[in-house]
Amino acid sequence: MRSGTVRPGRRLPAPARRSPRPARLGAGDVIRVGAAGLRARRMRVGLSALGITIGIAAMISVVGISASSRADLDRKLARLGTNMLTAAPAKSPDGTVATLPDTAVDMVARIRPVDSVSAIGRIPDVSIYRSEYIPAAETNSIAVYATRLDLPGTIRYTITAGGWLSQPGVRFPTVVLGASAAQSLGIDHLTPQTQVVIGRLRFTVVGILAPAPLAPELDLAAFVGWSTAQRYLGFDGHPTNIYTRVRSESVVAVRGVLGRTIDPAEPYNVRVTRPSDLLVAQAMTDTTFTGLMLGLGAVALLVGGIGVANTMVISVLERRAEIGLRRALGATRGQIRLQFLVESLLLSALGGVGGVLFGILATTGYVATRHWPVYVPPWATLGGFAATVGVGAVAGLYPAMRAARLAPTQALAGM
Amino acid sequence: MSGPQRRPPLVVLEDVTREYPGGVRAVAGVTLAIERGDAVAIVGRSGSGKSSLLNLIGTLDRPTTGRVHIDGCSVADLTDRQLSALRARTIGFVFQQFHLTPGVPISEAVADGLLYAGVGVRDRRRRAAESLQRVGLGHRLHHRPHELSGGEQQRAAIARAVIGNPALLLADEPTGNLDSASGAAVMEVLGQLNDSGTTIVLITHDREVATRLHRQVEIADGVVRADRGVAGVETEVIA
Ligand SMILES: Nc1ncnc2c1ncn2[C@@H]1O[C@H](COP(=O)(O)OP(=O)(O)OP(=O)(O)O)[C@@H](O)[C@H]1O
Ligand SMILES: [Mg+2]
Repeated sequence: MRSGTVRPGRRLPAPARRSPRPARLGAGDVIRVGAAGLRARRMRVGLSALGITIGIAAMISVVGISASSRADLDRKLARLGTNMLTAAPAKSPDGTVATLPDTAVDMVARIRPVDSVSAIGRIPDVSIYRSEYIPAAETNSIAVYATRLDLPGTIRYTITAGGWLSQPGVRFPTVVLGASAAQSLGIDHLTPQTQVVIGRLRFTVVGILAPAPLAPELDLAAFVGWSTAQRYLGFDGHPTNIYTRVRSESVVAVRGVLGRTIDPAEPYNVRVTRPSDLLVAQAMTDTTFTGLMLGLGAVALLVGGIGVANTMVISVLERRAEIGLRRALGATRGQIRLQFLVESLLLSALGGVGGVLFGILATTGYVATRHWPVYVPPWATLGGFAATVGVGAVAGLYPAMRAARLAPTQALAGM
Repeated sequence: MSGPQRRPPLVVLEDVTREYPGGVRAVAGVTLAIERGDAVAIVGRSGSGKSSLLNLIGTLDRPTTGRVHIDGCSVADLTDRQLSALRARTIGFVFQQFHLTPGVPISEAVADGLLYAGVGVRDRRRRAAESLQRVGLGHRLHHRPHELSGGEQQRAAIARAVIGNPALLLADEPTGNLDSASGAAVMEVLGQLNDSGTTIVLITHDREVATRLHRQVEIADGVVRADRGVAGVETEVIA
């Protein structure tokens, strides 16, 4: 059963002692081969990249929108300051409201780290109307306050029209309207003849205020001078809201003594708050919402990842012949594994790039409607890319292993 | 090239068998040596074990028993990685299917023949053009497979197989899918390669094709039934 040149008994030449070593593929070749696999199936690649795009875009825009809102808050706080404290009479459990002493403002001004202090006093049972002909019941819920003239300095009000109240002694009584109050009364611009009725008296509107983020209760309000209120509207001279600006490093200390300073006899009658805390707390409730949306984005990304894995599994099944050919051309198992892994990574990175772009676009669009500064944190962009790389690696691992495990003859027979 | 001793044959099979799971003995004890520069036709009925034998010669498969030496290397002593490297440098393959990726210009497909031999992309492209020149497709470099006839596609596949000047070219029914004119053109190319020193082992069903090669090995039921043309000697083995 023997044939050919090999005669029985003759020893075959000993094999030469050199072992062939596979060449390493350069990075360029690795990427070229991976990309070639994608180029051949554009439609399918596009669709499965889209899954990743949606997931990443959702996450980037959620993070971007929340970061932009945060940036807006920071900007606001920087402008308004976090050093304002307010004091108001506390409500007792039986519903009666305490009265602050009329000396309160002078007492507070004596605290050393207090930079400025001002106050307003609610005038009960007085409403404001556009004219005498409006029925008394239509108060628009606008509160009427007596105000000290130094109020804007402490609250940092901006005035959108006209000016602030001037010194008393002017011939006719004047009023300044909060932003929402002006809107409710239908007053959007001022002329010397713009008048409203408070009590039974006509007041000339001399100014309209911009919304005050740190004192939103003052938006639906009208302000008349302290002495004017006492003279014409029966104001009792007791402040109901005291506003103070404190040196930043002493905010906590002043907060501790403010109640005792205002009402030494009954400090528990004074409720002290720091309005900037409210804004921050509001932003915190947004955080839980952001977390929820981020979770949804992660689910979308996961689904996208499954799409990539699916595409890669099908790709390996369809390309058995190609795998066999490459093994015949000298590809090692490792090189086949790398090829499909890189293909999966590129596919997923393609979706990731689209996702980051769409995410930034969506953030910009949404944020523009809110007049917030656009801010997509770099960590979100980097994190998005890292997530796609992770997804691509995980999704590609199993198909790549399967491709590498195929025996060359099996792969070649697969066609 | 020439030393005091003769170089070993390019291919040496020693009592090689290949048994597939399920008990099919596709190769049932083949001993065979193929000298450098030879042109060998492997003929035999369908299912006789020709492709199985060629896969063993090409190191795409390992024997169940027996020893295979390619270019002085014992296949059993080499790892899968080392066999890959051996294929990348020493062996070229041509199949009945052309295995050209649709939409990819043939110059790129041919250049891939050097990808795993560690040749840079520029050199690969240059040599792909040369290799296509060699098979008479120098003017079709940028054509895609669907723009070529079957014979031209097979010649492109041959260009890919020999781009690295392998010592050994294995072809499993390269003309099986072609009409006789295209088949003749492909055989013409293979003949030229053999003339320039490439050892060729070719499976064919076509008696006429087989007789144009220097040596014919006839396989039946996994063993060599006849071996004609070895150093002018005709051996007939009746199993
Ligand atoms: N992977 C495999 N698993 C099991 N049996 C196989 C496998 N490959 C081939 N065979 C069997 O081994 C025998 C030889 O097959 P082989 O493909 O080598 O024949 P061949 O001579 O190339 O035939 P053909 O001329 O039809 O291509 C056949 O009986 C075949 O069914
Ligand atoms: Mg066969």
